[in-house]
Amino acid sequence: MSRIPATFWRLAAASRKALIPFITAGDPEPGLTVGLMHALVAGGADIIELGVPFSDPMADGPTIQRASERALAYGVSLHIVLGMVREFRKQDDVTPVVLMGYANPIEAYGAEAFVADAVAAGVDGVLVVDYPPEECAGFAAQMKGAGLDPIFLLAPTSTAARFAEVAQMGSGYIYYVSLKGVTGAANLDLDAVAQRIPAIREKVGMPVGVGFGIRDGAAAARIAAVADAVVIGSRIIEEIENSPRDQAAVRVTAFLRGIRNAMDGGNP
Amino acid sequence: MQTPENSYCLPDARGHFGKYGGIFVAETLIPALEELRLAYEAAKADAAFRAEFEYDLKYYVGRPSPIYHAKRWSGLLGGAQIYLKREDLNHTGAHKVNNCIGQALLARRMGKKRVIAETGAGMHGVATATVAARYGMECVVYMGAEDIRRQAANVYRMKLLGATVVPVESGSKTLKDALNEAMRDWVTNVADTFYIIGTVAGPHPYPMMVRDFQSVIGAECKIQMPELVGRQPDAVIACVGGGSNAMGIFYDYIPLAGVRLIGVEAAGLGIDSGKHAASITAGTPGVLHGNRTYLLQDKNGQIIETHSVSAGLDYPGVGPEHAWLHDSGRAEYVTVDDEEALQAFRDLCHVEGIIPALESSHAIAYAAKLAPTLAKDQVLLVNLSGRGDKDMHTVAERSGIQF
Ligand SMILES: Cc1ncc(COP(=O)(O)O)c(C=O)c1O
Repeated sequence: MSRIPATFWRLAAASRKALIPFITAGDPEPGLTVGLMHALVAGGADIIELGVPFSDPMADGPTIQRASERALAYGVSLHIVLGMVREFRKQDDVTPVVLMGYANPIEAYGAEAFVADAVAAGVDGVLVVDYPPEECAGFAAQMKGAGLDPIFLLAPTSTAARFAEVAQMGSGYIYYVSLKGVTGAANLDLDAVAQRIPAIREKVGMPVGVGFGIRDGAAAARIAAVADAVVIGSRIIEEIENSPRDQAAVRVTAFLRGIRNAMDGGNP
Repeated sequence: MQTPENSYCLPDARGHFGKYGGIFVAETLIPALEELRLAYEAAKADAAFRAEFEYDLKYYVGRPSPIYHAKRWSGLLGGAQIYLKREDLNHTGAHKVNNCIGQALLARRMGKKRVIAETGAGMHGVATATVAARYGMECVVYMGAEDIRRQAANVYRMKLLGATVVPVESGSKTLKDALNEAMRDWVTNVADTFYIIGTVAGPHPYPMMVRDFQSVIGAECKIQMPELVGRQPDAVIACVGGGSNAMGIFYDYIPLAGVRLIGVEAAGLGIDSGKHAASITAGTPGVLHGNRTYLLQDKNGQIIETHSVSAGLDYPGVGPEHAWLHDSGRAEYVTVDDEEALQAFRDLCHVEGIIPALESSHAIAYAAKLAPTLAKDQVLLVNLSGRGDKDMHTVAERSGIQF
């Protein structure tokens, strides 16, 4: 069984919300990824979203596109990403890892083989950006059967009928895309998100995480007040981009601590 | 447009052509695609919409386009008779405008005041900029930085027509990346923006809708061929980039089992060189740009860079309906390389006084290979999808000439 439900139970018992950082596997170079994952946990990450690089990341803004390109320059494949998770698991058997990426690398790997290998590597959930529920019923069922959580997106444009559909097919948590746009966009409207979340939480009957465009402690705290989890991606990638490579892990831990404090009611 | 007497009725309700097609996009776009599908179905059933579309095709584009018997060239080749469907004579110089008018009229009907498009060679961008000017809409065209360099004249044409051309610097800086960027714009501005996709690719309903708008090409041929030669052709030949001019001319011929349908892909520097754009011939099924189809990809599922002398064929995927026509055996897919296409380009200039687009030159080159193997009473219908003025620069450069 996936480590995700237990993580949310523990957090709920402590009246805390989940912090879910995103990094792209293999960025800025493959040798740093596992260390960065541990650094995220040291900074207060409850779940790690690990991006699988793809040549055509249609839903991503420039920051995550660059991360993907840097990783692809090293030839980082889905096989290699699973190897990184295996390596991470040698020291951390608690923090859930969710792979986030696009359909084509998984189809090229072979969906069935991927599900088996992902479980064996210690993956807990998979979010395939361009697999809406209507195109992946079989894949989602395979994942659930193997103890992996299929994570689905909901968006500001989603209809109420959609909430139910996603709730039925998904598990683990729902990822609410906070804005109309791509990752890293700057048009986040916190009030609109805060208004939307309660109805979604009620309808889907599982934890709701919110991501896209969250860049600082203040925004994270606002989201944490209404949702179950806060996802931060582009801002962390920027932190990695702007650090000398030997300091990236330390800087990421420090950045995440600030977010964690703000979410837990301390000073941002 | 699709008619009831047409026995072939793909895609299914969710946009699948067998295992191909579908809707593979992030959640944010799902409602927009549903809105588009409903609007398109309502428009298609509305006689006033169809009349407006047909009016503009007739008086603005100049349809029907003629079919021309390339007699001298057929004689020199010494076999089958070659007929050219003259889409190059359309306003803006290619078949692309048929689809742009359809989608722009639909955008207007849906109350969208801003249109966006991706473009490779620039022909679809020019056609979109043209209709946006005609209907008074804001227009933004995404174009790979590499293609902007190769197609400077078309970039200027778009700007003259009032469009904003946005260079795309990500990935391989070509058509596929322009499509990614247009999708990112659409997801951000989905409330007021209509995305005019230029070929029979993308998520449902695009492959169906673009095919329907382009099917005017084959529908005209079906009437014109009996008038010209007393019967339908033995084979219909078209180049395949994304596949819109080919679907347009094939569609009405699909139910006529006696008519061979031949799609010609770009072999670039040769299939074995790896530098080509032949997705069906040398690719494998996968998911890109919202649909499942044949793709040029590496073993890890990363999309690989393509090559063709013709920018309009330089695309690593192909419309899902072609993937289905291929697997079902109804259509054949063959390849023509850069040199063969350039030779056909020169031959048509010299022998018939027609300067074809380099894309169309691939179809012409295949006809030139096939014709001599057939009897003189056989009839080949070739889609001359565009004129070659935009390619002067490319062809001159290869001959060492600078303007
Ligand atoms: C003249 C012409 N023919 C063909 C194509 C290829 O597109 P499709 O395969 O969609 O017809 C293009 C694309 O730019 C074009 O300009």
